[in-house]
Amino acid sequence: MTSTLTRRVPLGPLTDLPVGLGHAFQVGDTPLAVFRSREGKVFAVEATCPHKGGPLADGMIAGDQIVCPYHAFKYDSATGQCDQPSACALKTYAVSVVDGAVYVEL
Amino acid sequence: MIRLNTITDDAPATRRKLVIIGNGMAGARLAEDILAADPGHAFDITMFGDEPYGNYNRILLSNVLNGSQEAKEIFLNPLAWYEENDITLHAGARVTAIDREAKTVTAGDLTESYDTLVFATGSRPFVPPIPGTTLHGVFLFRTIDDCNNIAAFARGKKKAVVIGGGLLGLEAAKGLMTHNVEVTVVEMGPWLMGVQLDEAGGKVLRETIEKLGIKALTSASTQEFIGDRDVTGVRFKDGTEIECDMVVISAGIRPNKELAHEFGIACDRAILVDDTLVTSDPDIFSVGECAQHRGMVYGLVAPIWEQTKALAHRLTGKNPDAVYTGSKLATKLKVMGVELASMGRVSDVKPTDEVVQFAEPGRQVYWKAIVRDGKVAAACLLGDLGPADELVRLFLSEAPAPARRLEMFFTGATVQGEEFSLADMPDDKQICDCNGVCKGTIVAAIRAGKTTVPAVGKATRAGTGCGSCKKMVKGLIEAINGEVKADPSESWYVPGIPLDKPTLVAEVKKRGLKSVSAVLVELSTQQDEKTKNGLASMLAGLWGKEYIDERDARYINDRVHANIQNDGTFSVIPRIYGGVTSAEELIKIGQVAKKYDVRMVKFTGGQRIDLLGIKKDDLPKVWADLGMPSGHAYTKAFRTCKTCVGKDFCRYGTNDSTALGIAIEKKYQGWEFPAKMKLAVSGCPRNCSESTVKDLGIIATEGGEWEISVGGAAGASVRKTDILCRVKTQEEAIAMIGRFFVYYRDNAKWVERTYDFVPRFTIEHLRDVLVNDSLGIVAELDAEVVRTCDAYVDPWLERDKPVYAGQFEDVRTVPLPMA
Repeated sequence: MTSTLTRRVPLGPLTDLPVGLGHAFQVGDTPLAVFRSREGKVFAVEATCPHKGGPLADGMIAGDQIVCPYHAFKYDSATGQCDQPSACALKTYAVSVVDGAVYVEL
Repeated sequence: MIRLNTITDDAPATRRKLVIIGNGMAGARLAEDILAADPGHAFDITMFGDEPYGNYNRILLSNVLNGSQEAKEIFLNPLAWYEENDITLHAGARVTAIDREAKTVTAGDLTESYDTLVFATGSRPFVPPIPGTTLHGVFLFRTIDDCNNIAAFARGKKKAVVIGGGLLGLEAAKGLMTHNVEVTVVEMGPWLMGVQLDEAGGKVLRETIEKLGIKALTSASTQEFIGDRDVTGVRFKDGTEIECDMVVISAGIRPNKELAHEFGIACDRAILVDDTLVTSDPDIFSVGECAQHRGMVYGLVAPIWEQTKALAHRLTGKNPDAVYTGSKLATKLKVMGVELASMGRVSDVKPTDEVVQFAEPGRQVYWKAIVRDGKVAAACLLGDLGPADELVRLFLSEAPAPARRLEMFFTGATVQGEEFSLADMPDDKQICDCNGVCKGTIVAAIRAGKTTVPAVGKATRAGTGCGSCKKMVKGLIEAINGEVKADPSESWYVPGIPLDKPTLVAEVKKRGLKSVSAVLVELSTQQDEKTKNGLASMLAGLWGKEYIDERDARYINDRVHANIQNDGTFSVIPRIYGGVTSAEELIKIGQVAKKYDVRMVKFTGGQRIDLLGIKKDDLPKVWADLGMPSGHAYTKAFRTCKTCVGKDFCRYGTNDSTALGIAIEKKYQGWEFPAKMKLAVSGCPRNCSESTVKDLGIIATEGGEWEISVGGAAGASVRKTDILCRVKTQEEAIAMIGRFFVYYRDNAKWVERTYDFVPRFTIEHLRDVLVNDSLGIVAELDAEVVRTCDAYVDPWLERDKPVYAGQFEDVRTVPLPMA
């Protein structure tokens, strides 16, 4: 039925994601930044920083946070909350890894 | 985006256009006051600022550069604030013209119209228009950077002259004394601290400081600073001279009134305004250090806040009759260990005034109060501030002075100690005037466990402005928590590991930690990007070929070997050794620029060519087509060695500066450091390649030698280099540079530029170690130079062999599955 609005989209093999870094994806109309932490967590957030449009996939991971490459605004990888009181939170997307393949819920 | 001030339904159909020239503390405060006074948003606000930033606290810039504070911490209003509040900020745009008929202002190509215009252009330090201000050894004194430069230069000097006997000048003199320099303070006016003291007070102060060993010359007009390259003395208008080997100028500030004046607005010392803060043009107003109101130009924050509030209320109609009638200034200071309180103008005595004085010459105590119409109109106290609080109260409240005037000085009331008054202070009393933080907010933060001054600052922003309220913050921490914890993070190499660099290096070596992740697991207390970047740089230098290079510890620029731009594209700067290129190279660069549709081709300040707007996936192709090595313009590394033409062509050239520059760049290309490293070689003392403001500069001297100097800067900080040594040959110069490089690389804190590093270690120490080999490590340093040079690989060769998945890949497109 149409009651569920989310779709599960395959993003390719986990090994195509660099360890400890992010990569930019365009899934249909949705631009995403997908990260694979050194500890093995995979997470996805909206692609650009609400502050000045920094490409978050070019950022860094610091602990549980994503760091924007432009002005080092930091976002919680799980909740999307920003460390700056004036900036909005990032939209986050559920990600799963099944048999070495990465899926995102859109 | 969050919009804090969305346009409400009752907003006027046509909003009035308010343009503010100046984005400093006055301009930005006015914008804040207007937003607060006018939630209905009757104004379209446009602001012009000289600098390409939001509004920040200039005094703290050097903290940012040495890494002890993050840039965003010193922003009073980050750029996002302007957006959120619908304010158009033209940052980096200097207004050059005003058309008062058409009601427009122009900055470069940009023209904005206004209904109401406000000048908040502030002030600048005053440099006396006399010869010699550019000699080596002549300094301005206004910022922390200046302090550091002066302190570094003062070592080993004998005689210093301070121009200006005001508060700052005396502070400079005191600072110089601690370096065992003989100090003379030169004041143009008839006595010291002319703003705060009268003649008798000035005399008491003079006696006090002379006891401390500082000479004071008053009514002394400086004619010029004497010297050839280095300052050697000061000559006065009366023909007398004094010898010195350094000069510190602290001659006050000057309002930025020139633009207003040029376009016909009435000015005196500053832009003239009346009680409505309007200028001679009814649509143009002025606030802050550029405005002159009832003869006064204020340089303190409190009166300026009163001005912006009155103007905001008036403009928005919240209180259309709001006026500013002047500020009463009462200050307590400590100069050279001498306590001083000042209110009103004590040197301004009218015939009908009652003057009440008390002096105790043996203790250098001097009190004076001026009673006008039965009220305290002005007072100054020196040496003992016993009655200060009572006088300030009488002065500010304009309450009648006691009938027995001596009770102003000798009351039964006890003098309240600071602790008592802090505890007594209401919660809504503002402690930090820069960021508007009240006592209650600070107390709450302390109760929540913030027990260091920086921790309170991080939680509330209190004390992160000018820093003058830090003492009160400390007092509150003591009162609530019993003690203040010291902040040890100052000495750490990176913020996430509580160790200074030597200890960290020793620990890393002992435990054999060869990757950033290994160090983080074993030693870090917090993970952040600066810690990762700093460790990556340190470990690469420490382990050389054994280093386990994890790319997630690198910043994007260091992952793709190019500089990310504000549209997500990159800039590519190939290496052009010594700034010397060829027809073939230029043709190649031109062809690449055409082929990849490069948006801008630009000469850099380092004598090379920047190709801007390259897409990430084009980077490897661009590098291959160029066939030139990386210029490392994106990273903390050896950048360029700028050169002048030198003796091959130049009529003045005494040595071959281009050959040395090319040799240096070929040898040291690719070296990584805790911060970037810029060099220059000049072929004669005319110094056309600006060697004296580089991290390391070399100047050819007439006798055929090379003079090597280090620790210069010409960016946000400006600092002249300190001379390390002179050498005879190109080979010796190259060897000495290598030693300095290794010593700096292995001892500097992360992001500590040479202009902080050199004064921290002192040039004498560096000379001892690198030239005289006092530690016996020169052979080791030389061996390390060889090792590091051997490890050089052009990072652009990764074009053929990316080291991780998607390194040079832009967005990966994934189709949506069929529903």
